[in-house]
Amino acid sequence: MKANSEISLMKGNEALAEAALRAGMQAYFGYPITPQSEILEYLAVHGTKRGAVILQAESELAAINMVYGAAGAGARVMISSSSPGISLMQEGISYMASAEIPFLIVNVQRGGPGLGTIQPSQGDYFQATKGGGHGDYRLIVLAPASVQEMADFVFDGFRLAEKYRVGTMILADGALGQMMEKVVQPPMGSLPLAEKPWATAGKPPSRERNILTSLFIQPEKMEEVNLKLQRKYREIQSEVRYEAIQVEDADIILVAFGLAARISQKALELARHKGIRVGLVRPITLYPFPSAILSQIALSAEAFLVVEMNAGQMLEDVELAVRGEKPVHFKGRMGGMLPSPEEVLREIESIAAVHAANSELIS
Amino acid sequence: MSNTYEIIISGFGGQGVLSLGQILAYAAMIEGKEVSWMPSYGPEMRGGTANCIVIISENRISSPIVTTFDSGIILNQPSMDKFFGKIKPGGLLLYEQSTIIKPPAAGTIDILSIAGMKEAQALGSKQVANVVMLGAFLERKPVVSPESVMKALQKVLPEHRRHLLPVNEKALIRGKELVAHAVPAV
Repeated sequence: MKANSEISLMKGNEALAEAALRAGMQAYFGYPITPQSEILEYLAVHGTKRGAVILQAESELAAINMVYGAAGAGARVMISSSSPGISLMQEGISYMASAEIPFLIVNVQRGGPGLGTIQPSQGDYFQATKGGGHGDYRLIVLAPASVQEMADFVFDGFRLAEKYRVGTMILADGALGQMMEKVVQPPMGSLPLAEKPWATAGKPPSRERNILTSLFIQPEKMEEVNLKLQRKYREIQSEVRYEAIQVEDADIILVAFGLAARISQKALELARHKGIRVGLVRPITLYPFPSAILSQIALSAEAFLVVEMNAGQMLEDVELAVRGEKPVHFKGRMGGMLPSPEEVLREIESIAAVHAANSELIS
Repeated sequence: MSNTYEIIISGFGGQGVLSLGQILAYAAMIEGKEVSWMPSYGPEMRGGTANCIVIISENRISSPIVTTFDSGIILNQPSMDKFFGKIKPGGLLLYEQSTIIKPPAAGTIDILSIAGMKEAQALGSKQVANVVMLGAFLERKPVVSPESVMKALQKVLPEHRRHLLPVNEKALIRGKELVAHAVPAV
């Protein structure tokens, strides 16, 4: 693939890897696992000759700790894996959250739990948005729904990570990684490297030494660190992003992220064709979660339908936002299976039927 | 949605079904259309069927995964068994003759049997059977132009395979001829 900004047809994994090089990624550490190995493969071919350090570690544990070291030294660093591999990295992620190390981590999810299957899933929503590792920390979580976003969110991921000194996760799935779509790559050099005065990159005589650690043995100090992190997470709430499609006149609001949002949009089209007024809210940031828009829509819509490729994880955040104002329904498939647009449509139709019956009773 | 065309391409791994889909998607992209190419990448690829869904549209494509199709290009019996009932009424099902043991009964869809393997062998390259099928498909459903397909082939074929461009072009033309001169199936 040529390094220019023309339109190309790329797999999601390759588009993400190319974007990382254009975003000025200086180091990548990884370990192969389906369905994301193309990221490592692409970077192995193209990354080194474009000046980045590309290293296949001996394990996921080693890879995440290499990220800790390189990012701690001030480099712009990315790591990628798929569900079981991400589980192995949780300790390092928690340590980096505490030490306030910015990094970008990509999870191209597959079906679980356990070693599971290589088919697409969204089963790691809880792990991504509620911690995963131990302690009170959060990652900013971006959920792409297209190959274009697989590329674009790399830029957003690095920018946000460095702005707040936090980890950012791109939470994709096997289908987004493997599918090909048109993509326009952002130009090289559009994300300049800022000074990182906190980095442990060699001590000049002009300043005190920098210490990056997650060990604060005195609880008073540990609480101070926690309070600082919590202040930061509150500030991060301003970075919330979502896409709202045809919600203005909608009676039924679909809420879905990533690939499930694409499937839901097709169901929306089918339902609108049948005269059912359906809208879609697609959270783009899963943390911070777009609660406010859902609370607001709950005043006008009749019902919600959450569609996920899991047993109902984001569902809990939608329920928190809707606060019992309106019924929240759920349609999910698990273990690498996908809900089809027709399955979602049937769910919409049965909700619409119940509400039609109810409103007749009232009038 | 009427501006959207949804195609399933399915066969054994190694028959070039994924690259057939890629060529089609690439050609549509060259023509400025919206495209998506969704491969099966699961355990089914080892010995069973490999398939990809190609969607070509004038508008933004919603789901890259659909369960019914406007057209099917079928290159083995398991794929026929799996997708025969998934072609929309009025749709087209095009299959490779030598690989289908139980030809489908004509019904509400247009069915075409193409001797892709035989024609490819006559052209001296078994590997271009998929392009014969593509040519045949495009003769009936001109969703992209043959010129765009040739441009796409130049992009999709790796450097060390570029010498195969002429035989691919012949295969494309041969496929189109087969359908242009075919007697409609009863």
